[in-house]
Amino acid sequence: MSDIQTFREETQGWLKKNCPPEMRKPGDVCWGGRNPSFSHPDQEIWLEKMGEKGWTCPMWPSEYGGGGLSHEENKVLQEEMFDVGARPALASFGIWMLGPALLEFASHEQKLEHIPNIVKGKIWWCQGYSEPGSGSDLASLSTKAVEDGDNYIINGQKIWTSNANYADMIFCLVRTGPQEPKHNGISFLLIDMDQPGVEVKPIKLISGKSPFCETFFTDATAPKSNLIGEINKGWTIAKRLLQHERSMISGMGLATGAGSGPKKTSGMAELGKKYAGTDEKNRLADSQLRAKIAKHDLNSRAFGLTLQRMAEDAKTGGPSATASMGKYYGSEQNKLRYEIMLQAMGTKALGWEGEPFTPEELAITREWLRSKANSIEGGTSEINLNVISKRVLNLPS
Amino acid sequence: MALLLNEEQQYLKDTAKDFVQKKAPISHFRELRDSKDETGYSKELWKQMAELGWAGVLISEEYGGSDFGMVGMGGILEETGRCLVPSPLFATALLGASLIGLGGKADQKKDLLPKIAKGELTTAFALEEGSRHTPYRISTTAEKKGKDFVLNGKKTFVLDGHSADLIVLAARTSGGIEDQSGISLFLIDSNSTGLQRMRTHMVDSRNASEIHLKGVEVSETKLLGELDAGFSIIEEVLERGQIGISAEMLGNTLEAFDITLEYLKERKQFGAVIGSFQALQHRAAVMFAEIELTKSSVMGALNAVDENSNDRSRFASLAKFKAGETLHLVSSEAVQMHGGVGVTDEFDIGFFLKRSRVAEQIFGSSDYHLDRYATLSEY
Repeated sequence: MSDIQTFREETQGWLKKNCPPEMRKPGDVCWGGRNPSFSHPDQEIWLEKMGEKGWTCPMWPSEYGGGGLSHEENKVLQEEMFDVGARPALASFGIWMLGPALLEFASHEQKLEHIPNIVKGKIWWCQGYSEPGSGSDLASLSTKAVEDGDNYIINGQKIWTSNANYADMIFCLVRTGPQEPKHNGISFLLIDMDQPGVEVKPIKLISGKSPFCETFFTDATAPKSNLIGEINKGWTIAKRLLQHERSMISGMGLATGAGSGPKKTSGMAELGKKYAGTDEKNRLADSQLRAKIAKHDLNSRAFGLTLQRMAEDAKTGGPSATASMGKYYGSEQNKLRYEIMLQAMGTKALGWEGEPFTPEELAITREWLRSKANSIEGGTSEINLNVISKRVLNLPS
Repeated sequence: MALLLNEEQQYLKDTAKDFVQKKAPISHFRELRDSKDETGYSKELWKQMAELGWAGVLISEEYGGSDFGMVGMGGILEETGRCLVPSPLFATALLGASLIGLGGKADQKKDLLPKIAKGELTTAFALEEGSRHTPYRISTTAEKKGKDFVLNGKKTFVLDGHSADLIVLAARTSGGIEDQSGISLFLIDSNSTGLQRMRTHMVDSRNASEIHLKGVEVSETKLLGELDAGFSIIEEVLERGQIGISAEMLGNTLEAFDITLEYLKERKQFGAVIGSFQALQHRAAVMFAEIELTKSSVMGALNAVDENSNDRSRFASLAKFKAGETLHLVSSEAVQMHGGVGVTDEFDIGFFLKRSRVAEQIFGSSDYHLDRYATLSEY
């Protein structure tokens, strides 16, 4: 028996024994943290088991608590998890963004301190990048960190900090070299949120929800050992982390799972049939809507294949500038998906609350509004097109 | 599903790239066009292509081919597409070899496939009768007369029809004009009495003809596949054709895009190269994204044939839809971004615009495949 076949059987056995029944159904995923909240006791068990095994981060080195799996083994693990319907044990910006950057840029001691906690979901991380005056022009940021003995003293404001009101720690871009040219005076610093100098205010969005916050630093402190990489060299880390963020957001364009599985009809087409009706041949009655859905399905499928191809092609490892392509296309696709759903549902998708709208319909309305941020957060579509022009196509500035 | 080429497939594609750039750059196509070449392609070049094994890529080793599969064929088509190389590759090595390989009886395969693999026999697939892709609307008739069939009717847009040795023709042997059953395929010598070929000069100089049949007599031994049951063969060959032409269109797209990027980096206006202008950069970046999606769609579809995927039909529509949309976009933008020289005959870029629109019509436009994809997906 080949090694990979052995691994598959072991994985099947392990999942059978350790994946609790409730976690084999679709549902919410926990975010961990110092004071984690679990919607079901099985969620806690599942996180603990997966964290011990390092399988929340299957391909990270086992030295730091990761799964230490090869690309091939990870594929097997994902397939087997899919097979039993296992949901992810942990959702985390530590996994998707910070961890990969730490593995590349942090010291051995820093990795030992932070990576195992990410793997086990012990710390909820948030991201301190944008500021009120620094959106697309991120490198103009002005939150400053000044040396003070063994610490940095931090003053300034971050904005669009996802889930800052729940987070334990923030990975933050701070200005440490105010005299340097803007890209050369930025450092990458880890700051504890649980201190008097950090204040968080949720921002109410057009969707009525508040997934983002403003985060204020007033003489907040962080030990010098929390500086990642060299002082004033944080921009390199920042850019690399953005690639991870963009790759993460890319996946949203796939949310329909455009019928590549056994089920042929996409969720959007089902929705279209439900609201717009069908003709005598069981086709979507509204031919314009049918064409829009088909085009979206086709592009989703092509996009899914592209993400897969790019992952296979990453021989050198890590995301490249093509992450920008994925981010651009994925977020535009996701926005378009909601626009088409609105068109299919008519006024049923335009309620704010209460009767006669169903909870599902109201959720779609809110998600439609939420989707408008997709092409803004993590680098706007326009910024990503800039990156493609310059880094991939080598067009001059 | 594999979405990257393996070592052998990459080697074949690299060989094709090298060969095309040395032996048949775009200037080769231009010469044939300007001289109004009667054949429309170089027989000498085709001989060399056959020597490289390209004519037998889809033919099993038993019949002298290499059985390299659609991924192999797609790599070659992409490279010939880059330089718009006119040759029997598509009509003979892909369509002809597939029609006979999938539908032929043992003696037909034994007789014809080795000749195709050696580059000694060229074929054309006579299917369409209108000006838009309607594969099963067939009114050309084949009536039984003793041990023969007598064929009457007219075929349009037959690729390589003017020069091919053997015509594989779809005719109605029973049923109504739109019925899928009742269609039969015949192997017809192009020199048959009553068969008239009229070359059609397409805007992009792609080789094609009309074929008129007046009382053409064909022996019943020339029936390809079973009587009245041509549909399933046609369907499978059309899908291969749709995927193959998509690979060629991807090559067209990549070359037009490369030429345009180069132009953006050298043409100066307002004291700067025009590629530094964001109005053009963003459009170039959007094209890049669409091209990446097209590559994956084509690669997925080529593999779907080789892996005998049960989702092959939808993959064929995905590839042709995406290849058509992207080539349409890129060839149009390429002309616009070249400015005035883009609409001159002297610059090659106009070739891609013309090639795009004709290729889009081959075996169904993007709109056709959008509709087909929705139908196959049951909505």
